[in-house]
Amino acid sequence: MTAMIDLKNVSYRYPVSDDSVLKNISFSIEKGKFTAIIGNNGSGKTTLCNTIRGFVPHFYKGELDGEVIIDQTKITDYQLGQLGEKVGYVFQNPFIQVSGVKDNVFEEVAYGLENLGIPVEEIKVRVEEVLKLVKIEYLRDKNPFELSGGQRQRVALASIIVMDPEILVIDEPTSQLDPIGTQQIFEIIRLMKERGKTIVLVEHKMDLIAEYADDLLVMHKGELVMQGPVREVFADPEFEKYQIQYPHVTEIALQLQQSGIPLTFLPIRDEELADALNRTEVAAHD
Amino acid sequence: MTELHLTNVSFSYPDGTKALENLTLSVTSGERVAIVGQNGAGKTTAVKLMNGLLKPTEGSVLVGDWDTKNHTTAQVSRKVGYVFQNPDDQIFHNDVESEVRFGPKNMGFEPERVNELTDWAMKLCGISEFAEENPYNLPYSVRKFVTIASVLAMDSDIIILDEPTAGQDKIGLQVLGNLLQVLEEKQKSVITITHDMEFVTDYFTRIIVMANRQLVADDNAQKVFYNTEVLEKSMLKPPAVAQMAKLLDFSPGILSKQQLIEAILAQHSL
Repeated sequence: MTAMIDLKNVSYRYPVSDDSVLKNISFSIEKGKFTAIIGNNGSGKTTLCNTIRGFVPHFYKGELDGEVIIDQTKITDYQLGQLGEKVGYVFQNPFIQVSGVKDNVFEEVAYGLENLGIPVEEIKVRVEEVLKLVKIEYLRDKNPFELSGGQRQRVALASIIVMDPEILVIDEPTSQLDPIGTQQIFEIIRLMKERGKTIVLVEHKMDLIAEYADDLLVMHKGELVMQGPVREVFADPEFEKYQIQYPHVTEIALQLQQSGIPLTFLPIRDEELADALNRTEVAAHD
Repeated sequence: MTELHLTNVSFSYPDGTKALENLTLSVTSGERVAIVGQNGAGKTTAVKLMNGLLKPTEGSVLVGDWDTKNHTTAQVSRKVGYVFQNPDDQIFHNDVESEVRFGPKNMGFEPERVNELTDWAMKLCGISEFAEENPYNLPYSVRKFVTIASVLAMDSDIIILDEPTAGQDKIGLQVLGNLLQVLEEKQKSVITITHDMEFVTDYFTRIIVMANRQLVADDNAQKVFYNTEVLEKSMLKPPAVAQMAKLLDFSPGILSKQQLIEAILAQHSL
């Protein structure tokens, strides 16, 4: 497999700051993988996203050491606009992503494509498709500024998906959404993965990460402290010391283990708990 | 001590869009209530009516003995503090401490009390170390705590938190939990809108469920999360523990992690 995102010994310091926000970070993400960046607030997750999409250092300036390679090309060799087509970025705060120059949702979603000079007929088709996909057709004529937080979050995601970038960097896309809306967003992300997109997601909802993501990057105080397949990272005793939320079922399983109930494996999804417990019962009867 | 009474409250926007229909509920002083429901269910509209940001088109909202219709939002907000869903709608100072200090100072409190409340609120929200920072240099989740502190510092009897759990990590959720405890000890009423059902079951007993601009249930957590009709009507997802308990065929009622662990341990010791 080819690496889509490759970071080698990356450190970064914002201008006028004394401390590095990112410290010597190296990892490689293969094309088509769904990787979740987790870590407590202030650990450097959003800065890491900004590095992948070239805003560090193109836009924020500051000092970047090491190499960031996106699809075989060093980030310093891209124009910011070229990167924008390759890497779609969905803002953490949907309240600031809305362009402010369009007065309805349909045009807001079309805005990016217009800027790329795509023919009008094609824009219409693509916007229609995405509005449907993200379930916001009913909002098409609404002013983006009159939407609720959850609705804006969907519009923000739609505006990026419509551009069809190879890489999607999504920063906490569900923070304002109810549980069912959240599930729907994860389903959309899964669909993007099926279309071969490379996905980087920042998220705190571990139950959903356990269900949908392939790999984890664990950030702690600017360092990448753990990385690997989701299941392996949650099962590693080291994970506990970073005080990050476990999937709820994993938290319960760990407490059960401490209370002396042996489990054959550490469940990370709700439906696995029964399995883990049943197997122990079978073993006990043998 | 201020009680809150909403009686048959409806609200429509000037263009006729209905946002809330016939809501009746009371919150006694010192009570802690969670409001849950889908986006667009009318939760934020309901709480904006409670602090006078919106005035009912029908029915009445009583804050203590004040009808919000007869008082300005500025007056009502001395009794009912509202923390906005989006922190950026609220913050307007260049450093955290000035932001927090603004409320109590504006209330006309004695300078000493202003200092005390400012320090207390910043500490309770875990932002004392950022006192000198520009709020906009802080992560979204920390900015949310700046806005919570700003409202707490006004020392109102009733406090409304609109989605304080959004984007919070484990540590942020612990700070919130602790804050609820402290406010309860101070006999403050706290009304919290949230989508985090685990947070709800960890810290709240009374739950108000809204759907399609109406109240669907106003009951304790056990009754709400094990009531299929309420769950379907409001499209709520019960907390993970309830789902696990169901998958393990335990009888209804389990909501907390501790309850589930005990049930599993009991089964194993048989």
